[in-house]
Amino acid sequence: MLARVGDHMERMGRSAAAGIAEFGLGAVLFAQSIYWIIIGHRRSQPVRIHATFERCMEVGIRAVPIITLMSLTIGIMLAIQGIYSLRVFGAEEQVVLGIGMSVVREFGPLITGILVAGRTGSSLAARIGTMRISQEIDALSVMGINPVRFIVAPALIAMVVMVPALTFWSSIVMLTGAGWYIGIDLGMSAAAYIERLTEIVKIGDVWHGLGKSVLFGILITLVGVINGTLVSGGAEGVGKMTTRSVVISICAIIVTDMIFAFIATRS
Amino acid sequence: MTQAALNRMPADAEVVATPAVIEVRELVTHYGPREILHSINLDIRQGEIMVIMGGSGSGKSTLLNALLGLLRPTSGSVRILGQDLNAITDVERTKLRQKTGVAFQGGALFSSLNVLENIMLPLREHTRLDKSTMQIMARMKMQVVSLAGFEALMPAELSGGMIKRAALARAIVMDPRILFCDEPSAGLDPVVSSAIDDLILSLREAMGMSIVVVTHELESAFKIADRICVLDKGHILTIGTVDEVRNSKNERIQNLLNRRTEAEILDPDEYLRRLTGAGK
Repeated sequence: MLARVGDHMERMGRSAAAGIAEFGLGAVLFAQSIYWIIIGHRRSQPVRIHATFERCMEVGIRAVPIITLMSLTIGIMLAIQGIYSLRVFGAEEQVVLGIGMSVVREFGPLITGILVAGRTGSSLAARIGTMRISQEIDALSVMGINPVRFIVAPALIAMVVMVPALTFWSSIVMLTGAGWYIGIDLGMSAAAYIERLTEIVKIGDVWHGLGKSVLFGILITLVGVINGTLVSGGAEGVGKMTTRSVVISICAIIVTDMIFAFIATRS
Repeated sequence: MTQAALNRMPADAEVVATPAVIEVRELVTHYGPREILHSINLDIRQGEIMVIMGGSGSGKSTLLNALLGLLRPTSGSVRILGQDLNAITDVERTKLRQKTGVAFQGGALFSSLNVLENIMLPLREHTRLDKSTMQIMARMKMQVVSLAGFEALMPAELSGGMIKRAALARAIVMDPRILFCDEPSAGLDPVVSSAIDDLILSLREAMGMSIVVVTHELESAFKIADRICVLDKGHILTIGTVDEVRNSKNERIQNLLNRRTEAEILDPDEYLRRLTGAGK
């Protein structure tokens, strides 16, 4: 009995230590990426612009259709729910207030973050995991090409640029979708809707959303890369770590979102 | 041994004169708590083909990883071209790695790049040549490994032998002084495998590089080696010429050469303990 408790304690201790080690790995990867982005040129090992653009295409441009579809649907859904619940107080007109704030500050960044985590975070983990198994990472190292500079840094730049851009797009599409439904249901004209929105949504709210999405981009990249590097044991290992990467990314995004919202509303 | 092979063998006087390009001293490595290599000492000379041979689990891959600097040893040193691999700065290590080439077992070609781009990659990252010059240099190496005409194929479209050739071309594109080959003929049919062996020999003839080959294929080892280093359970059993290894009296070496498995001597108590899983 005592031995079993001891075993459990040991296992818990080990996984806690492994968790802390992963945090450390994340910090190191982040610091190294920044180092290569800044110093790379001086050491004639620049972060390749071509590779970065390629990543931007993959992370950003190719995600536009699905982000647009999701955002439009969620925008309409928010309008439906908003009008329905506000009708209780006979305050349907106020729906714009609720939607304007929540979309720009919360829904835009959160939905984009979750979608990018599912799309890009998973592919990053799978890609790096497969490269590890097929010794491509070793091949880079022995060629004198730093894998962080070659793989992680372009992905990080792409995410930091494209996730906010997608968030901005997502917010606009959501507001459009909501406006469209409000126009049909409440008969509010587009001009009135836009005027009301510009009254409510301040530039600070937009920055709040975009700032958060930068953090999400960094988180998704690091979680994806860490899980990719921890892959072992062939195809099954890749699958396992890819799933883990998506789950952890989404959890990290939601927790960060809450913390960010708490801090930002205090100051 | 053929006359050609005899000619290849460095004469004794030369052996003393040619300096070692790789010096391994008292190398010990661990995998977790388990010691894999037990104080390995090994010199590899300029221009020779050294074959590191051993069965599965003999530690030959671990030794290769230590030579490549992919695995940090617990103690001891690995000096490549006079520089201690684990004591030099990153910048020095990057420079050193441009003087060595590695052909991995599975090729390790980048799946997102085509064959030509794969072979050009080291040039692109380490030189300031313009693109057409790099392409010409890469094509020349492809000619050397008889892969001309397959530039535009993706790695997934290559056969096993072609992958090994492409990996060799990428490894020699910077004209390295040392070439490492991990299991160059593993998983290939005898004809293709023999062609790869010929290719390795011709590379040494043409470029004069030192070549370290890790393999478990006896035939291939005897064909290409100047000297063979036989590893077993993390110890070096012997280092010698092909004939010396072949005629060795050592029982373990003979077992390895004759593909005999060693009967494990197990006392009944130990056997019982293993069956019940006790004492773990």
